[in-house]
Amino acid sequence: MDRLKGKVALISGGARGQGAAEARLFVGEGARVVIGDVLDAETAKTADQINSKAGTRAAMAVHLDVTRAADWRAAVETCTREFGGLDILVNNAGIANSGGVEDTSEEEWDSVINVNQKGVWLGMKFAVPAMRKRGGGSIVNISSIYGIIGSGGSAAYHASKGAVRLLTKSAAVQYAGDKIRVNSVHPGVILTPMVEMASREQLQPVIDMAPMKRVAQPEEVGWCVVFLASDEASFVTGAELVVDGGYTAV
Amino acid sequence: MDRLKGKVALISGGARGQGAAEARLFVQEGASVVIGDVLDAEAARTAAQINANRRAAAAVHLDVTRAADWRAAVDACGREFGGLDILVNNAGVFNTTGLEDTTEELWDTIVNINQKGVWLGMKFAVPAMRQRGGGSIINISSVAGLTGSTGSTAYHGTKGAVRLLTKAAAVQYGPEKIRVNSVHPGIIATQMIDIIPKEQRERFTSFVPLRREGTADDVARMVLFLASDDASYVTGAEFVVDGGLTAT
Ligand SMILES: NC(=O)c1ccc[n+]([C@@H]2O[C@H](COP(=O)([O-])OP(=O)(O)OC[C@H]3O[C@@H](n4cnc5c(N)ncnc54)[C@H](O)[C@@H]3O)[C@@H](O)[C@H]2O)c1
Ligand SMILES: NC(=O)c1ccc[n+]([C@@H]2O[C@H](COP(=O)([O-])OP(=O)(O)OC[C@H]3O[C@@H](n4cnc5c(N)ncnc54)[C@H](O)[C@@H]3O)[C@@H](O)[C@H]2O)c1
Repeated sequence: MDRLKGKVALISGGARGQGAAEARLFVGEGARVVIGDVLDAETAKTADQINSKAGTRAAMAVHLDVTRAADWRAAVETCTREFGGLDILVNNAGIANSGGVEDTSEEEWDSVINVNQKGVWLGMKFAVPAMRKRGGGSIVNISSIYGIIGSGGSAAYHASKGAVRLLTKSAAVQYAGDKIRVNSVHPGVILTPMVEMASREQLQPVIDMAPMKRVAQPEEVGWCVVFLASDEASFVTGAELVVDGGYTAV
Repeated sequence: MDRLKGKVALISGGARGQGAAEARLFVQEGASVVIGDVLDAEAARTAAQINANRRAAAAVHLDVTRAADWRAAVDACGREFGGLDILVNNAGVFNTTGLEDTTEELWDTIVNINQKGVWLGMKFAVPAMRQRGGGSIINISSVAGLTGSTGSTAYHGTKGAVRLLTKAAAVQYGPEKIRVNSVHPGIIATQMIDIIPKEQRERFTSFVPLRREGTADDVARMVLFLASDDASYVTGAEFVVDGGLTAT
């Protein structure tokens, strides 16, 4: 119940899906969270639900387009102003694409790279100074198993998630001296709106290939993020946590 | 001598350094090469040196961030040498700036050249390779695409991206007999790392099990292997040329 007691977290893309699950779990473990997303109405609803369940104002919604430096600056300021500082950043916002190398347009390429990769860098860039003031922190970057293996499409998505994996290691080395830990999480197929857009026929072969033969609920990723965010992971940095039902183990 | 006989290769960033070494070696092994770079005079000089024996190299202006330049470079391969079999995505820029000190402008420049450039190269090369019934693409990542360091944030991001972009393309084009692999050089003595102070280079080298910096030719021989039919069952794989640096 108190694994994140007294900590303040900023979660990007927290309006729904995995980010919203993490916001709920974090508050359940004693943290206060700022949820940033471009879906303003959904973000506000998620924060309201968390607050009414908690019976206290433990969650706040802000408008955050992760591709915009000014939005990140404002989101970090909100953490400090409303909750007194920042200890945990979850770089969770992301968009999928299915186009392969040839059938991806430059516009699609740029938008996937900007949200999934540049957004993660900008988040760290603005969070680090605030964490330094607290004497340390934990950054969790949501990559994907598609940052570890290839598939027959999703070229820009693979590139962006591969970049996140290495950005994570580079930041882990850079900020270890500041006691800021940085790790990446690599989910397999998780039942969120991102995946619900795919058809059953698209998903079934992927499910069949995973040893556990099922998709996961967002909370199953959320608990991994709680662990990495908490002091239980005090010696864990620059590491990769795969949550995929064994998909990449075969 | 004939490991690439009859093949046509396009090498980005081939004016100097590793790309130029690959161009020379490829031609020695019987290939024709198109060298694309933004350094027009140096690219022309490198091609002219190669052509002293037989006309096997052409230089084109190629800024890897521009789709139109890639289209023209692939066209040049067809026009000058009859097709395209091998693409070496070698062009790249390096910097040592850390996470917070990186500006958006610097970030965008590095990501565009090292990462978007690799994707665009594959996008325009694949249709030409398909016409030949297959091909080999070699993407030059780095040990910086495998492990982190205290700086070079954007560079690490791009080289990690290239590693996965390689695997994605390998899966996608395997059925069309286009192989795609990544090469991860360690510390290689080219102009790129002149920005690293001498003492620091010596300190880095002391961590390398082979206790020396690599040469452009050390990398070029690996690229030659992957380009050739010797590597006919090799795809989606990663190859370090780092004197053992990442093995420690
Ligand atoms: N669902 C899966 O199977 C799966 C697998 C591996 C990795 N992931 C990753 O997990 C993360 C969360 O995805 P999810 O499954 O919860 O999907 P989701 O689509 O439900 O959630 C993604 C959230 O990111 C937000 N977002 C998109 N662009 C944004 C921007 N520019 N600024 C701020 N927010 C933005 C969306 O509005 C949404 O709320 C993503 O990074 C995704 O790539 C998902
Ligand atoms: N030297 C090393 O220690 C080392 C280590 C690991 C990886 N690498 C990688 O090896 C590759 C080759 O580098 P090198 O060591 O020969 O360095 P280099 O600087 O001598 O060569 C790089 C070449 O790329 C060209 N280039 C830069 N921007 C370009 C653009 N927009 N369009 C076209 N060409 C462009 C440059 O003009 C130059 O000719 C790069 O991808 C680099 O990241 C180098």
